[in-house]
Amino acid sequence: MKTNQMLEVKDLHVYYGAIHALKGISFHLNEGEIVALIGTNGAGKSTTLNSVSGLLTPQPGQLFFGGKEITNTPPQDVVKMGIVQVPEGRKIFARMTVRENLEMGAYVFNDRDHIEADVQHAFEMFPRLRERQKQLGGTLSGGEQQMLAMARALMTRPRLLLMDEPSMGLAPILVEQVFEIIQEINSKGTTVLLVEQNAQMALSIADRAYVLETGKIVLEGTGQELLTNPQVKEAYLGG
Amino acid sequence: METLKKLVPSDLNASKWVRMILGILVLALLVWRLVDVILIQRLYGPDTWARFAITGLIIGGMYALIAIGYTLVYGILLMINFAHGEVMMLGSFAGYFVFELLAFIPSPGPENPEQVLLNAFPVLSILVAFLVGMLVSALAGYFLEKIAYRPLRKAPRLVPLISAIGASIFLQNAAMLLFGPQRRTYLNPTLLDRGLGLEIPIAGNNVLVPYTGIFSFVLSILLMLGLYLLVQKTKLGRSMRAVAEDKGAAALMGINVDAVISRTFIISGILAGAAGVMWGVHNGLLNHYVGYIPGMKAFTAAVMGGIGNIPGAMLGGMTLGILESLGPAMLGIDFQLKDVIAFTILILVLIFRPSGLLGERLSEEKV
Repeated sequence: MKTNQMLEVKDLHVYYGAIHALKGISFHLNEGEIVALIGTNGAGKSTTLNSVSGLLTPQPGQLFFGGKEITNTPPQDVVKMGIVQVPEGRKIFARMTVRENLEMGAYVFNDRDHIEADVQHAFEMFPRLRERQKQLGGTLSGGEQQMLAMARALMTRPRLLLMDEPSMGLAPILVEQVFEIIQEINSKGTTVLLVEQNAQMALSIADRAYVLETGKIVLEGTGQELLTNPQVKEAYLGG
Repeated sequence: METLKKLVPSDLNASKWVRMILGILVLALLVWRLVDVILIQRLYGPDTWARFAITGLIIGGMYALIAIGYTLVYGILLMINFAHGEVMMLGSFAGYFVFELLAFIPSPGPENPEQVLLNAFPVLSILVAFLVGMLVSALAGYFLEKIAYRPLRKAPRLVPLISAIGASIFLQNAAMLLFGPQRRTYLNPTLLDRGLGLEIPIAGNNVLVPYTGIFSFVLSILLMLGLYLLVQKTKLGRSMRAVAEDKGAAALMGINVDAVISRTFIISGILAGAAGVMWGVHNGLLNHYVGYIPGMKAFTAAVMGGIGNIPGAMLGGMTLGILESLGPAMLGIDFQLKDVIAFTILILVLIFRPSGLLGERLSEEKV
């Protein structure tokens, strides 16, 4: 059981000043899974991802990645270990071209040929990005920006992909596309931790899921279990 | 913004009117002085105008180099590094001491026993002076950030600004204690003697363009070109642009944000150090106060070009150099008032175009 555990979060607390944002949450991801973290605004979902990424310091709490403790690892080293986050609101570099954005994703690598192959691979996966490779990131549409943010994250050659609200601000048809791509990425061997307010979509593709409420995990189960759970139905799926 | 407008509608309208009236007044004054000086009084011939413009370009190149430092740091930390002029001053001192040292050591050659290293190997001496000046300023910038700004990274924005002003005063006084308050004369190799230059005939008169000026101008252009390539084409440059855009996203790409900030201060220091040695070589005077006014002027230039914008800083530096050099003559006022012109420009830019010539970033980020 321990052997295929990829990420383990133990009793994680995070404070923003006096605000106790995460009140001791524990969860884990097995290799190859899609795990969803659902909950309302302010439940602590992004805080959890930012703690895993090393942007926030747990006080206290422990993080393990592949059995190794990564608590208090600076964000650049977390990326080198193979954990990458697609942040909320995409945060692509608006004043850089699409290609430069992708190359930023490969910042931790120096093998030109491999990087170029990764760029070509990204273009195959997201043909729209190839068409727009010389355009500035800021000129892309919301959907294209989400594609770019995912492609940029894949450039870091991740073992674990953290997705923060990928459906935010996208038209339903694009949301479906994005979720298909997440499943495609997962099928190629990348483990995915998905944070979503769109619980319906998230649960439908998740192997397992946790429900976060004001800094605490209140429910957990497989995606299907939670989809049919009356409590979840009422609170997150619109009854 | 909405609520602000509702709260003070009359004030906002008033300031609009004040700006318009002020604008008309400034324009009228300018037109009157220009017509009077250039068309009616005809105080200066074309050769004199050319001389002013050339001087302006030379000084403008140095302003531009320093201004880039302000703009790079602002782009990344959203703070004005008011100690940047002092970083330049330290570089200027370093170059000075290299020249003094080389002028002290006799050259080993037998043919001329009076010869010193400085004049036996002038090109090498100049190179060493610039390299040492740039190195000292780079270190100054690096430690300045580490000691005076990094501990305050999470403090409100006014706090590092105050720390910067404190660092500026500290460095000036430290330099005065270390090197003494006297004015020193920069000792150039005879190759770059300040009295020598190219004679260019303009309108029947010869205009002397000093070699120091030609040298400084060419070197500043080369350095700016180098910086442009660094920022646009290299990995370091890309990481600087990424951090300037979004520190959080940059960190998520595996960029060590603190290291990039350090490197930005080092690059700013290198350019300021080069400007400092140029300043000494071209103007000849040096004391602990030498960085203050050029620093403020370069800050003006950076604001004028649009702070945070690198081509803007270059353009702003050149423009400011030319304006303050031509300005007194154009307006028919005393030449000692060129500083007043530079800072009047700062005030006018802040009133009429706070985002600068090329920039929109200041306004964007303030909203």
